[in-house]
Amino acid sequence: MSTENQEREPLFSPKNMKLLTGPLNLNNPITVQVLGICSALAVTAKMKPALVMTIAVMIVTGFSNLVISLLRKGIPSRIRIIVQLVVVATLVILVDQVLKAFVYDVSKQLSVFVGLIITNCIIMGRLEAFAMGNKPWPSFLDGIGNGLGYGLILITVSFFRELFGSGTLFGYQVVPQSFYHFGYENNGMMILPPMALITVGVIIWVQRYYKRELIEK
Amino acid sequence: MYSNGYIFRYAAIMVILAAALLSLAAVLLKPFQERNIAIDKMQGILSAAQIKGVTSENAIPNFNKYIVEELVIDPEGNVVSSYDKSPKQDAPAFNIDLKAELYKQGKHKPYVLPLYVAEKNGQKIYIIPMRGVGLWGPIWGNIALSSNFDKVIGVYFGDKSETPGLGGEIKTPKFKNQFIGKTIFNKKGQFTSIEVVKGGIQKLPPPQRVHGVDAIAGATLTSNGVNNMIKDVLKLYLPYIKKHS
Repeated sequence: MSTENQEREPLFSPKNMKLLTGPLNLNNPITVQVLGICSALAVTAKMKPALVMTIAVMIVTGFSNLVISLLRKGIPSRIRIIVQLVVVATLVILVDQVLKAFVYDVSKQLSVFVGLIITNCIIMGRLEAFAMGNKPWPSFLDGIGNGLGYGLILITVSFFRELFGSGTLFGYQVVPQSFYHFGYENNGMMILPPMALITVGVIIWVQRYYKRELIEK
Repeated sequence: MYSNGYIFRYAAIMVILAAALLSLAAVLLKPFQERNIAIDKMQGILSAAQIKGVTSENAIPNFNKYIVEELVIDPEGNVVSSYDKSPKQDAPAFNIDLKAELYKQGKHKPYVLPLYVAEKNGQKIYIIPMRGVGLWGPIWGNIALSSNFDKVIGVYFGDKSETPGLGGEIKTPKFKNQFIGKTIFNKKGQFTSIEVVKGGIQKLPPPQRVHGVDAIAGATLTSNGVNNMIKDVLKLYLPYIKKHS
């Protein structure tokens, strides 16, 4: 990196902030890079698991980027994917264990999906594309940013799925009981995985309507 | 380029470090996790007995207060051990692994079963833990029966991985409350279990409706799982029930 000999960069310089906020919109891992779709389908039926999943993924992307970036000069390139996997898997198991120890009911809801963070393509993608070639602090921010970008979509999707599918938000009833008396019904379709895909599709559509530069030629 | 020796050393050291870190975390967090699992079990038992206001913070005192006896029974319905001291989570019955016992039962090996006795408003409530299979993975639960075993006081269900919104709905009050007041024996004293009826209990002839509940629409296989779990587990307790009712 060219900054090595320059003056010390402030921790939240514009360039670093861009790493953090870029994935929220123009470089979103789900809607632009189309990564991590599989887990986005699985955990977005309700908002609470989606939120915990977001935090878990953020921690894993952030810290795996940090660790890999610290190790980047010593990692033999022939086994770099294995090294990355070991780091990611270790972090994921730690997160899972901590969830089981301190927020047991949420960990029960997320069940296997925490373990499946290991297979989330965003994490390996960021390790390969960013952490292997950048300094620890920008890598950490990049990881957190991508976790946030992933979470933003997860929470948006789960908002619509829980609202229309169950009539609740974070488990609290928001659709008034009187609606049901007039024949309103929760849409069972929203709970099924295909609707997550369609919701993500709609989000991509809306995003590209406002950000024309994202539209492929 | 790195030499092969370097790669092997690197891999070995990394794996050992990761293993050490994870073992350390597992050992340190184990007491918390076991406590959570025990508390979760207690909440399930108390919830089936319709004891309200139990949170993860007050589950242990409530469990010690309401559960008066924990029994271990054998397949013939004899009481093998009974425990009425505190703390209740030290009882042999509480620490029985139902999954392992049901597995032994399936293999025709000797097994034992746990039974919890609660007391609420002077009435005895028997709570039977259950375990079965849903669509995607194991399901479990507790069923609380009145002192002469004829009426269901309440139920509790849990699952590992049923579809949220479909099979996962077995955990909702809407589904569980249907069981309250149903009976597991007919007028002649024959065991009927509680049937989870696809399409709703109005499909049953009226006299049988007291032994049935509505299945969850769109979750036929999970509903069948609940149906079989209740029937299969309660059957094992019949010898004890016959002796004590």
